[in-house]
Amino acid sequence: MTATPPALEVSGLKKHFPVQKGLLKRTVAQVKAVDGVSFAIQPGETLCLVGESGCGKSTVAKVALRLIEPTAGSIKLDGVEVSQLDAEAMRPFRKRIQIVFQDPYASLNPIRTVEAIVAEPLHIHGVFDAMGGNARVGWLLDLVGLSRTMTGRYPRELSGGQRQRVGIARALALEPRLLILDEPVAALDVSIQAQVVNLLMDLQVELGLAYLFIAHDLSVVRHISDRVAVMYLGRIVEEGTRDQLYARPVHPYTQSLLSAVPVPEPGNAGRRIVLEGDIPNPADPPGGCAFHPRCYRATERCTREAPAFAAYPGLDTRVACHHAGPLTADELPAAAEVLT
Amino acid sequence: MSASQRPALVAARRVLAQKSAFMAAVFLLGMALIAFLAPWILPGDPLTQNLRHALEPPSAAFWFGADELGRDILTRVVYGARTSLVTALGAVAIAGLIGVPIGLVAGFYGGWRDAVLMRLVDVILALPGILFAMALIAVIGRSQMAALVAVGITGIPSFARITRAQVLSLRRRDFVIAVDAMGGSASHLMFRTILPNSWSPILVQIVILAAVAILLEAALAFLGVGIPPPTPSWGEMLRTGKSYLYEAPYYAILPGLVLTLTILALDTLGRTLATVLEDRQGSTGEPEPEGQRL
Repeated sequence: MTATPPALEVSGLKKHFPVQKGLLKRTVAQVKAVDGVSFAIQPGETLCLVGESGCGKSTVAKVALRLIEPTAGSIKLDGVEVSQLDAEAMRPFRKRIQIVFQDPYASLNPIRTVEAIVAEPLHIHGVFDAMGGNARVGWLLDLVGLSRTMTGRYPRELSGGQRQRVGIARALALEPRLLILDEPVAALDVSIQAQVVNLLMDLQVELGLAYLFIAHDLSVVRHISDRVAVMYLGRIVEEGTRDQLYARPVHPYTQSLLSAVPVPEPGNAGRRIVLEGDIPNPADPPGGCAFHPRCYRATERCTREAPAFAAYPGLDTRVACHHAGPLTADELPAAAEVLT
Repeated sequence: MSASQRPALVAARRVLAQKSAFMAAVFLLGMALIAFLAPWILPGDPLTQNLRHALEPPSAAFWFGADELGRDILTRVVYGARTSLVTALGAVAIAGLIGVPIGLVAGFYGGWRDAVLMRLVDVILALPGILFAMALIAVIGRSQMAALVAVGITGIPSFARITRAQVLSLRRRDFVIAVDAMGGSASHLMFRTILPNSWSPILVQIVILAAVAILLEAALAFLGVGIPPPTPSWGEMLRTGKSYLYEAPYYAILPGLVLTLTILALDTLGRTLATVLEDRQGSTGEPEPEGQRL
């Protein structure tokens, strides 16, 4: 084999949560939080996973980390299948894939110092001395732009941005090849968001990291991603390179999401496609294409038949839609009926 | 730059900043010290009888009077504190060392382990503490050890339940999940991550159970099934003092007062601890310390 395997490759990933009722815990339904998700992240690449809250993006992250067990599907780290490994066999692979959480106030152990938090993964894997001990911890803090005077501080003495830097330093301690960033800036102030996003981009270049970046903020996504995958109700509906997906989205859901991004251009403001209704209950999704009740292109076929996730001709994009295609002029709402 | 302080120190300082809690701590500490140093600071012996002085009222020789066998009441109260202290420490140790691991394992693993362990705990909880203690004493005889074990066993459920609740709420927190993602083992998660973050309600429970243990030991002695005489015990003194309430009303005053103040001090300390620690933890959902029935 000549090509390097992807840092992370998942295929057909499913996670169904049983809904149990009554004294005997009968399973009355399945919440299909993740229902057949496939993607691959090459070394050094950033894949962004976007979607509304509740669409299953964080579940994908947790399953990829084997924090919760997949119902079905395969997870490959650097080409090695890890979805069936037991906890002990999984341990060495945990060095390769780490996570940065959304809420920096909840993700750091409140009774440990910054130094101890960053050193913890090294101690867990018994490589604290082998990897340079305190010097390594100091180096990691430098790397994320934290002053060495922070080493003895406790999380409650730090700001949100500083805490998130500690979280990143901890995730980098074991020299992972892939970081899962679960909305890493969503809980931060806007001014701090930019700093942390830039830090992440610098680190990627410096350390050759691959990122799975989970977000719902499309402006941040546009800034950081190489490729973007859009999720709706447990499935990826469109995946493509960033430029292609932002310039020529072909799935109606992507189109409506992108039309909601504020564009800093006069005259272009407010031409939004407003979807009707809410995300359906994932325990009882609509038949056929799950998006059809809210879709402006829906036909009778969409209510019957779930679309396959396939390459869209002419573009480097994969899409799951019977009526995929670039947005046409008459689909955009006229300026007069714009909601602001 | 200001030096960072351990969260435990910060909490301790905030507890002692409360005047009532400070006084309670000073009282308890002073009493423990006096009880510990009793042979060196008190001239008399708690067991020496002198029938010529039986039921003598308070005087320069007997500050709080003498009991029916002419023993100095003050000396006996001080040595009685040793009995109470040992019972409290022993009972808390038994309850904590058994209850905390039960709660930790039940909450961490869930499933059948949780079901089995917590049902066992429910069985203990269903037994009225004093009745259980009396039954145990009936079987193994009157001794300090029996009282201590009985009180300790009835304290297990509160520790197990509090610990389990802590584990359940911490298990879902990101910093615990992070250790999972790093590849931390079950024992690392339980003993290095979850348990050190569960101390506050456990500590409150320790203080509360100490009060319960002292009270229960006194109650057993009062009913005549506690530590056998002549070992001094507050409950035993109250029991005997009750018989001489008309001839020697001063008999029961000191033991009763010290017992009341000790329970009050422990309770005050426990309540302040609970308030301060809950405050510090903010909205993390600390469970309330569980009440203990006698």
